[in-house]
Amino acid sequence: MKAGSNLEKVINSGQFAVTGELGPPKSADVSMIKEHAEAMRNYVDAFNITDNQTAIVRTSSIGVAGVLLQMGLEPVVQMTVRDRNRIALQGDLLGAVALGVKNVLCLSGDHQKFGNEPGAKGVYDIDSMQLLKGFKDMRDEGKFIGGDELEAPLSVYLGAVANPFADPFEYRVDRLEKKVEAGASFIQTQCIFDIDRFKRWMELVRERGLHKKVAILGGVTPIKSLGAARYMKNYVSGITVPDELIERLQGAEKKKEEGLNICIETIQQLKEIEGVAGVHIMAIAWEEVVPEIVERAGLYPRPKL
Amino acid sequence: MITAERKPLEEIFEMLVPYRRIAVLGCGTCVTVCMAGGQKEAEELAAAISIHRKKEKQEASVEAFTIERQCEFEMIDQVAERLKGFDVILSLACGVGVQTLVEHLPELIVLPGLNTKSMGYPVEQGVWVERCLGCGDCVLHLTQGICPITRCAKSLLNGPCGGSAEGKCEISKDTECAWHLIHDRLAKLGLLKVLDEIQPPKDWSSSHHGGPRTIVREDVRLESGK
Repeated sequence: MKAGSNLEKVINSGQFAVTGELGPPKSADVSMIKEHAEAMRNYVDAFNITDNQTAIVRTSSIGVAGVLLQMGLEPVVQMTVRDRNRIALQGDLLGAVALGVKNVLCLSGDHQKFGNEPGAKGVYDIDSMQLLKGFKDMRDEGKFIGGDELEAPLSVYLGAVANPFADPFEYRVDRLEKKVEAGASFIQTQCIFDIDRFKRWMELVRERGLHKKVAILGGVTPIKSLGAARYMKNYVSGITVPDELIERLQGAEKKKEEGLNICIETIQQLKEIEGVAGVHIMAIAWEEVVPEIVERAGLYPRPKL
Repeated sequence: MITAERKPLEEIFEMLVPYRRIAVLGCGTCVTVCMAGGQKEAEELAAAISIHRKKEKQEASVEAFTIERQCEFEMIDQVAERLKGFDVILSLACGVGVQTLVEHLPELIVLPGLNTKSMGYPVEQGVWVERCLGCGDCVLHLTQGICPITRCAKSLLNGPCGGSAEGKCEISKDTECAWHLIHDRLAKLGLLKVLDEIQPPKDWSSSHHGGPRTIVREDVRLESGK
């Protein structure tokens, strides 16, 4: 056990893990996110809190994590290297753990040009690999990136992201291996719409035995409308939406229902893929549908460990 | 070389309003090559300023001339007396030239006519690309001549992020993913193994983040400089 979080326990027990994503609001009024979290209680093992996602200013990930902890829910704090240097990142890791956070997900973050402060100075002092390795060394070696020693031991369960849909494709498994070496215990992938490509990636993952070294949680997103699918296909960096999926939505009478069906089918397929340890549900702006997805995918009730 | 672009004319006209005798000073090196601040551009800009002033009925005398390099005291000295005859010098050098003028001849008012862009080269006629950020600790040996500090929008050191698609960077379909280029080049050279190693955090103290940088070479310093 690295930190003894619920997520870590579920993953270590070998049961199919379920995490859900929550996007903080563009205000300090957290009533809505609390409502969404409450509705998902008992349906997910942990809640990912995004870190100013798509570079849009929002309540901080750690701040919302604190709110969830007060509600008795388990957060996964996302930390990007876009906005903070190594001093702030390491300090915030300590602060998050002091608040009771046990899971941290390390990532690069979308470039600042996508957000509502496109003139911001991007920090990128370290990259996501170095962040992961830095946090691992803080935990396992008791040392900061600069070599100074922590005054007390640190427990944290570290995760990273992988995007099997980014290029160069053949490098994506090398990169995963590097992240495992850098300290990732779990991986959350980019939204899976192109299941064939995901399967090809998993084959390569298994060839190297990486699925035995890291828990891979496949990312899924229920698509609410044809417009949303097209938007993701054309404008969201790192996401591939196959034409067949667009056509299927196009042909469907009830788009929302079909979007939900596609998502549930994807989870069912993921459950069948050797080496997939769980699912990460990103129901952005459609959080209320998560319990239904979890139930219909046969993942309810969640294990009590 | 250093690349630059002329500031918008409106901005230049605005900053020149308080002055009557105006020198537009071109620079004969980098900015001449990148067609932003050589003699030709200085003459064109001087003409534009004169026409504007006439239209606005604001008196002005505008002259254009060029020195080989505005970033060298000796070359500034060649025109020092002439420069002192103006109310303002509109420098068409990079930011270095503007500052060298001010440091060497503090009595002058020197304004920038260009926006200094980057260190780069013309990839084709009319297109200049950035290739070096001057980070002070070159990594091109690791990446076989393609700079991730400059060309990756996130200055990543450990491979492409999740936003790399079909060889392009997430910030624009017109921007190549530096790490895709590095990956393909290393693959071609049979050196992909290099990417397996986790590159440690960069020491940015050798870059501007350590404060303005000065190079001191005692072996070439003159006695008088000490």
